[in-house]
Amino acid sequence: MSGAAAALKPSGGHSAGRSTRYEANAATREPAWVKWTILGVSLVFFAVFLLMPLVAVFVEAFRKGWDTYLAALIEPDALSAIKLTLIAALISVPLNLVFGVAAAWSITKFDFRGKHLLITFIDLPFSVSPVVAGLIYVLVFGAQGWFGPWLSDHDVKIIFAVPGIVLATVFVTFPFVARELIPLMEAQGKDEEEAAVVLGARGWQTFWHVTLPNVKWGLLYGVILCNARAMGEFGAVSVVSGHIRGLTNTMPLHVEILYNEYQFAAAFAVASVLALLALVTLAVKVWVEKRAGAAGAREE
Amino acid sequence: MASRSNSVLPGFGLSLGYTLVYLSLIVLIPLAAVFVKSSSLGFEQFWNVVTAPTVVASYKLSFGASLLAASINAVFGLMLAWALVRYSFPGKRLVDALVDLPFALPTAVAGIALTALYAPNGWVGQHLEPLGIKVAFTPLGVLVALIFIGLPFVVRTVQPILEDLDTEYEEAAASLGANRWQAFRHVVFPTLMPALLTGFAMAFARAVGEYGSVIFIAGNIPMVSEITPLMIITKLEQYDYAGATAIAVVMLVFSFTLLLAINGLQAWTAKRTGRER
Repeated sequence: MSGAAAALKPSGGHSAGRSTRYEANAATREPAWVKWTILGVSLVFFAVFLLMPLVAVFVEAFRKGWDTYLAALIEPDALSAIKLTLIAALISVPLNLVFGVAAAWSITKFDFRGKHLLITFIDLPFSVSPVVAGLIYVLVFGAQGWFGPWLSDHDVKIIFAVPGIVLATVFVTFPFVARELIPLMEAQGKDEEEAAVVLGARGWQTFWHVTLPNVKWGLLYGVILCNARAMGEFGAVSVVSGHIRGLTNTMPLHVEILYNEYQFAAAFAVASVLALLALVTLAVKVWVEKRAGAAGAREE
Repeated sequence: MASRSNSVLPGFGLSLGYTLVYLSLIVLIPLAAVFVKSSSLGFEQFWNVVTAPTVVASYKLSFGASLLAASINAVFGLMLAWALVRYSFPGKRLVDALVDLPFALPTAVAGIALTALYAPNGWVGQHLEPLGIKVAFTPLGVLVALIFIGLPFVVRTVQPILEDLDTEYEEAAASLGANRWQAFRHVVFPTLMPALLTGFAMAFARAVGEYGSVIFIAGNIPMVSEITPLMIITKLEQYDYAGATAIAVVMLVFSFTLLLAINGLQAWTAKRTGRER
């Protein structure tokens, strides 16, 4: 969705002392009843809409005990779903990483006509419904699509097969790395790189030794987000997968199948692995923000 | 326009060339396929598909529930952002980190978790059932799922603006005799307004296209709780590619319009707050 990654930008690493500053100042302090109402209402809202679903995943997963939980994860169809999910992420994340770096380099280090249009185009996959994202590849590579007849003549299967799943995953995770890097590299300007080049560094040396150390935390965060989405994508992958058990099911699709078969404990067991992945992603985010904040403080 | 020939940095041709080729192959050409395919339908046929009663009912649900969810998120998201910036409370860091959960949690996981909670025998559902409120498998369930996925958009666009807001404006307002509500209403809120609208529009745009978290809890009853993305899936399952494409065109035109609006809003936010985005 447009700007999702931008919205996820580290929010300036507010220190613990800042909010007490507002409360110590009579001009920025609300009456106690207002404060407690805002706190109470917003935290209850948070607990009901965000916290409860998260807790529910784990409670439901362990409802029938450890044995059922483990059995659901090591069953062959689950293992093949885990494998396919890893394959999709292992291909799509590096592809979009290289693209993100190339796009950020051209956009932030050079001036050219149509730059804003290009940035808008890079954002497009965020604003396209996942279902439409899957559909477009069916229209291109499906049996009745542009390349459908040619592909079937040459016995290549893309839709309802692994390549289609990878393509759909690449599409939905397309902007993540670029979206993290562009504002970061824009803010850092190009003085350091220019100095390096003037001093005789080659292009790659400049990138490895000057640019990369400056943007590594943002880059890592972009990769983590990209990976989380790649492993968790449901709608787009569901359209192109064909739902062949043991062959074209990713973990989220496996969750859906189990759930629709009323195997709730198993569905939630697989879902809990994905939820754990989400929690790890959030933890890395906090850690990266801390490191980026510390690095920023050192420079100042 | 400063020309690129002034730059001493290498790699312009390579990086831009790669960017454009990759962008075209993965995004632009496949998206163009939707418009090419839909043009194979005559206008009349296209119109019949996109105005069929079940499809129109799905627009009403998708757009209506998304608009309502985004509005609810605008109100509670603003309060949550305010609480996170202005107050200290135990567990604040945890709450701050978990606000992003809907971005990180796979939509299918969110979908089955919400369904388990709001089903008639679920933790929440069993308390609502005696009151005559049914959430799961009704349009209300769609609303709940869309609130879940939209909340971080509002919090994360408002929060940084609120953090950057200098307290001296509120101090000036207070010293000129404004009470706290007046200072908020006339000083703080106008500054937050563009960001709040941006967050609202992002939550709205995301909600309209959302699929995974909704289909489990919606129950997918024709004319009642079928969302528009599901109509595309249904057509695809019937091998009606032209029909699926026609509905996709409607959704894409809507998303592109909203994307332009969001870009405009972000430019406005940047202008209003002097903040680079």
